[in-house]
Amino acid sequence: MSIAELVKGGERTASGRGDAVTTLAASKPSPARRAKNALATGAVVAAVVLTAVPLTLVIWAAIRRGSERLDLTLFTHSMRGVVGAGGGLLHALTGTLLITAATAAIAIPLGLSTAIYLTEYGSGGRLAAITRRAVDIMVSIPSIVAGLAAYALFSLLLGPGTRSGLAGAVALAMIMIPVVVRSSEEVLRLVPADLREAGLALGSPKWRVIRKIVLPTALPGLTAGAVLGVARIIGETAPLLLVAGFTDAMNYNLAEGRMATLPVFIYTQWSSKGLDTAAYDQRAWAGALVLMAVVVVLQLAARALPPQIAKIRRNR
Amino acid sequence: MTATVPNPTAAASDIAPGALAASTAPATGTAPTTGLVPATATVTAPLSFDAPGSMSISDVSCYYGSHLAVADVSLEIPGRAVTAFIGPSGCGKSTLLRAINRMHEVIPSARAEGTISLDGVDLYAKGVDPVAVRSKVGMVFQKPNPFPAMSIKDNVLAGLIIKGQRPRASAADELVERCLTRAHLWDEVKDRLRKPGDSLSGGQQQRLCIARAIAVQPDVVLMDEPCSALDPISTLAIEELMRDLARDYTVVVVTHNMAQANRISDITAFFSLASAGQPGRLIESGPTGDIFSAPKVIATRDYIDGRFG
Repeated sequence: MSIAELVKGGERTASGRGDAVTTLAASKPSPARRAKNALATGAVVAAVVLTAVPLTLVIWAAIRRGSERLDLTLFTHSMRGVVGAGGGLLHALTGTLLITAATAAIAIPLGLSTAIYLTEYGSGGRLAAITRRAVDIMVSIPSIVAGLAAYALFSLLLGPGTRSGLAGAVALAMIMIPVVVRSSEEVLRLVPADLREAGLALGSPKWRVIRKIVLPTALPGLTAGAVLGVARIIGETAPLLLVAGFTDAMNYNLAEGRMATLPVFIYTQWSSKGLDTAAYDQRAWAGALVLMAVVVVLQLAARALPPQIAKIRRNR
Repeated sequence: MTATVPNPTAAASDIAPGALAASTAPATGTAPTTGLVPATATVTAPLSFDAPGSMSISDVSCYYGSHLAVADVSLEIPGRAVTAFIGPSGCGKSTLLRAINRMHEVIPSARAEGTISLDGVDLYAKGVDPVAVRSKVGMVFQKPNPFPAMSIKDNVLAGLIIKGQRPRASAADELVERCLTRAHLWDEVKDRLRKPGDSLSGGQQQRLCIARAIAVQPDVVLMDEPCSALDPISTLAIEELMRDLARDYTVVVVTHNMAQANRISDITAFFSLASAGQPGRLIESGPTGDIFSAPKVIATRDYIDGRFG
């Protein structure tokens, strides 16, 4: 193309664009389109409000009603020997923390190991396919069924009707494991294959590459997944009603005896009120507020981790 | 002795706007060859197939499942020199490169047959641990891949850290400085060794990967299109480094850039395939100067002249 042609072409393009701009400026959306737009916008905003309002009300109610009994006694006393007003939820808070810790101690190693197998070793194999299917099914198991399974297991092992914090942890682990497997698997898949190859090419055995390269790279995401799993189970009530039972007293021993937890505490305070019903309601609300606070603290802790995984995603 | 990189002007002309303007002229046929200093000028020592780090590839075929990707390659790779693999996409040059340090078999269902020996030792013999092979034959990948969860310093030490053999502080510092200096990166990063490995530019990351590869003291460094993700300036730095590395290591580089192969390599091996889906084969290999000035096979000449396909 000669320079003259180029220049001419340039002029043509410029004038053509000029026309287009004029046409665009003159055009306006039709009334019908504007009406549809307004309708759609309205519907979306309404959906947001419908979602946000109940959520806000719940939080507000928990804070308002829960703070009525948010005193020191609440955190220093159990319900042992308490009839009517007073008492506290120390036994339930301790139970929740103990059972949750035990659940995490069971579910995180098992779930993470399964995820490592699925991503690093079993990909494409039959065992991996079966495991993945099993995890999918486990995700949708009703929590009461997990409770019954743990109840049956402990009845068989330790005699009928055995209730303990550990049995509760086993039931909750059945719910938490699939959550950990799924989130960990997703995070491990985000670790670029390049890094594994680079590690292998340095003359390192595969399991060491996984331990020293893959897991540290994925660590923040793995932690976030574990916290997600904990948040999922910390509010579970039904399986704990079955297998951990309820008590008014302190129990620090996971292996023996009934153990109170916050969700079950809330339930029993509300469901079996004494004469002074206000006192029971207040304790139930205070329990709800404390439980929500524990979950929020966990989520914030997970959020505070360095966003390494987000970085990997961006670099890909 | 001439400079290790004999023709920075040729490299610069690749990016000069003038080169783009001139590309409309019917000079494409001759420009790539006449613009370059003869590659023989880069050969600083006589080639030796007995030098430490010499490799011998014989009758190697590589498969992906039942698909034959590379067929019957036999090739001698001189020690402490640069050997370039060139050829069209899909000709199996990267596959063969990965077979050299037994990285090919990492891919599920991939396998290689034949003999590849390093200093007379068959790397595919029974009982040879692929993990041990890879610590003797290192690799640098197409895309720079420093470990993001490690600092620059730990990236250099990564080979040892992964194996659980992190050296003591003073030995570690010494090793890091030596490898980074060898990779022409020390001056640029010595004040930020604790920064993450992926905080560097692409070219710096690739040199960090080279430092990481040589820190485990391999005899051979394989490079799979190490410059294809880099800008021309970074490419020049890596090319310079490859020439320099060849003083102590056997360097095998896969490249799509024929000018680069001509600039940096002592031996060039040209691979090609009859048609898509057919296995890649070694068409011709020899001293780079001969391959580029007087190829024996028409297919080689056509490819080098840009008349392929």
